[in-house]
Amino acid sequence: MPPRASLPRKHERRGTGRVAALSCLILALVVTSTALAQSPSGALNPVRLVAPNGITLLVLEQHALPIVQVHALIKTGSAQDPHEKAGLANLVALMLDEGTRSRSAQQIAEEIDFVGGSLSTQVTEDYSTVSVKVLAKDTDLGFALLADVLRNPTFRDEELSRLRSQVLGEIRGEREDPELVAMKAFHRLVFDGHPYRWPVNGTMESVARITRQDLQGFYETEYLPNQTILAIVGDITLDQVTAKVASHFGAWERRAHGTRAYPAPKPVQTPTVQLIDQDLTQSTIVLGHGGVSRTHPDYYAISVMNYILGAGGFSSRLMDAIRDRQGLAYGVGSTFEANLMPGAFLVSLQTRNQAANQAIEAVRNEIRGIREEPVSEQELEETKAYLIGSFPLRLDTVSDLARVLTLVEFYGLGLEYFTQYPAWIEAVTREDVLRVARAHLDPDRYVLVLVGKLDEARIALEGTHRLVDRHD
Amino acid sequence: MVACVLASLLLAAALPARATQVQELTLANGLKVLILEVHKAPVVTVQVWYRVGSRNELMGRAGLSHMLEHMMFKGTAKHPKGTFSRTVRKNGGNDNAFTGQDYTAYFENLAADRVQLALELEADRMQGLLLDDAEFQLEREVVKEERRLRIEDNPQAFLVESLYAHAFLQHPYHWPIIGWFHDLNGMTLDDLRSHYDTYYSPNNATLVIAGDVDGEALLPIIKRYFEPIPGGPEPVRTEATEPEQRGERRFIIKRDAQLPFVMMGFRAPNYEHEDAYALAVLESILSDGKSSRLHKSLVYEQKLALAAGSGYTVLQADPDLFYFYVVLTPGASVARVEEAVLEEIRALQDAPPTERELARAKNQVEASYIFGQDSVFRQAMLVGQAETVGAGWRHVYEFVDRVRKVTAEDVRRVAARYLVRDGRTVGVLIPDPPSRSTASQPDGTADAT
Repeated sequence: MPPRASLPRKHERRGTGRVAALSCLILALVVTSTALAQSPSGALNPVRLVAPNGITLLVLEQHALPIVQVHALIKTGSAQDPHEKAGLANLVALMLDEGTRSRSAQQIAEEIDFVGGSLSTQVTEDYSTVSVKVLAKDTDLGFALLADVLRNPTFRDEELSRLRSQVLGEIRGEREDPELVAMKAFHRLVFDGHPYRWPVNGTMESVARITRQDLQGFYETEYLPNQTILAIVGDITLDQVTAKVASHFGAWERRAHGTRAYPAPKPVQTPTVQLIDQDLTQSTIVLGHGGVSRTHPDYYAISVMNYILGAGGFSSRLMDAIRDRQGLAYGVGSTFEANLMPGAFLVSLQTRNQAANQAIEAVRNEIRGIREEPVSEQELEETKAYLIGSFPLRLDTVSDLARVLTLVEFYGLGLEYFTQYPAWIEAVTREDVLRVARAHLDPDRYVLVLVGKLDEARIALEGTHRLVDRHD
Repeated sequence: MVACVLASLLLAAALPARATQVQELTLANGLKVLILEVHKAPVVTVQVWYRVGSRNELMGRAGLSHMLEHMMFKGTAKHPKGTFSRTVRKNGGNDNAFTGQDYTAYFENLAADRVQLALELEADRMQGLLLDDAEFQLEREVVKEERRLRIEDNPQAFLVESLYAHAFLQHPYHWPIIGWFHDLNGMTLDDLRSHYDTYYSPNNATLVIAGDVDGEALLPIIKRYFEPIPGGPEPVRTEATEPEQRGERRFIIKRDAQLPFVMMGFRAPNYEHEDAYALAVLESILSDGKSSRLHKSLVYEQKLALAAGSGYTVLQADPDLFYFYVVLTPGASVARVEEAVLEEIRALQDAPPTERELARAKNQVEASYIFGQDSVFRQAMLVGQAETVGAGWRHVYEFVDRVRKVTAEDVRRVAARYLVRDGRTVGVLIPDPPSRSTASQPDGTADAT
């Protein structure tokens, strides 16, 4: 079966993407409860260095295969988009490899393609990444291209106008994906007045407003060596890395970068419901509310609790209740989007329109249940065994390693994360699970978004609630 | 006895020679065992590949293989319902399964010291499945939800399904892997039982183990679990062939969608034909990377498409399609887009690719092969798929060498031979109602028009 032809969706919020493979058994949603793979490893011994211009380097030698990955994380994302210009950080990152002072867009593409390598960008709410993967013999080219696109992008008008049309087309195409439609509406309601409210790639209106000056200004303020983490993983030695970083990034000058603060989003006070009518056979349902940041002290207890609730695949209560016992959905899962600032908690599923009420009730029941009674000793032990035991699986490839290394640095977890994670999980008790469920889940004050055929779904709204018609 | 084979793959001169050692063994009951020792991380993947997929189904029962795949998680006498995935997970592992046109495969990814658990579980469900009717009734609903999710509410996947139904009139590639609704509704427990009894026997399966294991030490354990399973009669071979296509076929789908989408499928040979390697190079020249011809022309220069590419799979049991797909830029004309794709095809039929393009495509194939080795799961997938579709696992290690022998003239020749008007099937998705409607725009915007 051919893969589904689809638009590039680099800007997707983590954890909301569909699994592409057709006819896979488990979970339409790969629900990662955290930005990081839960993955310590005693065997890993990365080296951390800070270059004179402020670049933080993380180096991990892996000589089994002739592959080198250089993964740059810049500490800026869509949360830094100015008012009315949602999508700016995303467009800046997309424009990086569309022309530099010495290379045209086509030259960059030709150079990386010729050696069979890849050069890719990704933007999230909190950070932007630019990543190059090459065979070891092409390491110098990899460093040269990465440094060039990070340091010398030109943001040419003709490339901007082409790429802007692409992004606008892409945003329009996303309306074909009920899950993305639902997630966008959900985030907009949960993060009212907060920078996380807009999609990373912006809206039709905001992207239309972005000018070349916006790109240039954002780039100059945000893309600084002292705001950059560089992870280098693969068939390369520490000495080679320091030499290459010095020659390709050494002249990149540090500049002061201001600190930023944002008001917390207003917590959801009354159940807030948005129903979006589309001619679909299924209703896509997203239900949730505000959550926690990646550095919240309850983070690891929440990981355990959320695994039991809905992040643990067929071991989770939501999957058991909604798929295995009622046959209501192919996939259902819960997520804590633990970002730099508190993200959202959400449960997401798809069910035939007629079963929507039943599914929503089942979700709320499970949220209530985990707040009422302590989880069983067996659930707790199995969860810990999975979270601790699966760590090497999450660090299987150079790409996984590079990504996790940069995130550990970005969230300030410290390299002890790789050795201490098992102890942090092991320390979680049943009382902790109950406590964090009560503190961080709320079955009554939530945002509910449904995308589906409304005259079939016939949503029954009980009690006091705020019905959001549509956004203006 | 273990036949130990050293499949050595000498890559481009600048690269160090890499050798992957595959241990191959066939048990007395016919089970093929392939062990790939990869010691770069303390992990293992265990995969069982059955030679059965939608290709082996009969009219009226499309989706039976996939339905059975779901039921394989519903319990045996030894491991009752709900315990299979739970057992894997509490051992720190992940498990899953997938069904294709030519295969159904099950896998567990675990820390290497837990390999025995996966072997025990897979051996147990090779013939010990319970197949309970109440479970089947529930799971049928789950699969119908899966069909709604993946096909019915996904305009592009909906078109892909129709493309196959139009391109294959007699061969079972005609129907979708997940099945049509009425076939799912008509399925019975007896259908599942018979499918299971026919195809789930050791002589119709390949066990692939890849990772940080010692093959020699593992053999007695493999034998302990799998040798007691009796071999069955050889399943009847599927002999269906699709006759030559005599003239272009076209179809249009009108449905609620935002962007027009065009696919063009051409009948193309599989691994059995020498031209498969030139077709793989052709596919790379057309769509691998931003410098590929389709992206450069349709997306970058003409701005007709948001995405454009082609697809071709060498490892199919029977000849499949070489296809093109284009997601149109809003406002672009379908006719213009089709013409632009045909121009790219004609260019490759009229003149061979440049030497640099050819070198680039070969470099891309080689690099992607090496990148693929970074994941033990992916390595095992390739070997399992090659073995199951009939190409044999060695195909994986010979592929890069065969691709390297392809000439520029070979590429021109296969473009001229296979990408022909009379053998093509064209599908067009037309958004309906028209997308200029200002009805509910959930991202908070209304179109200007």
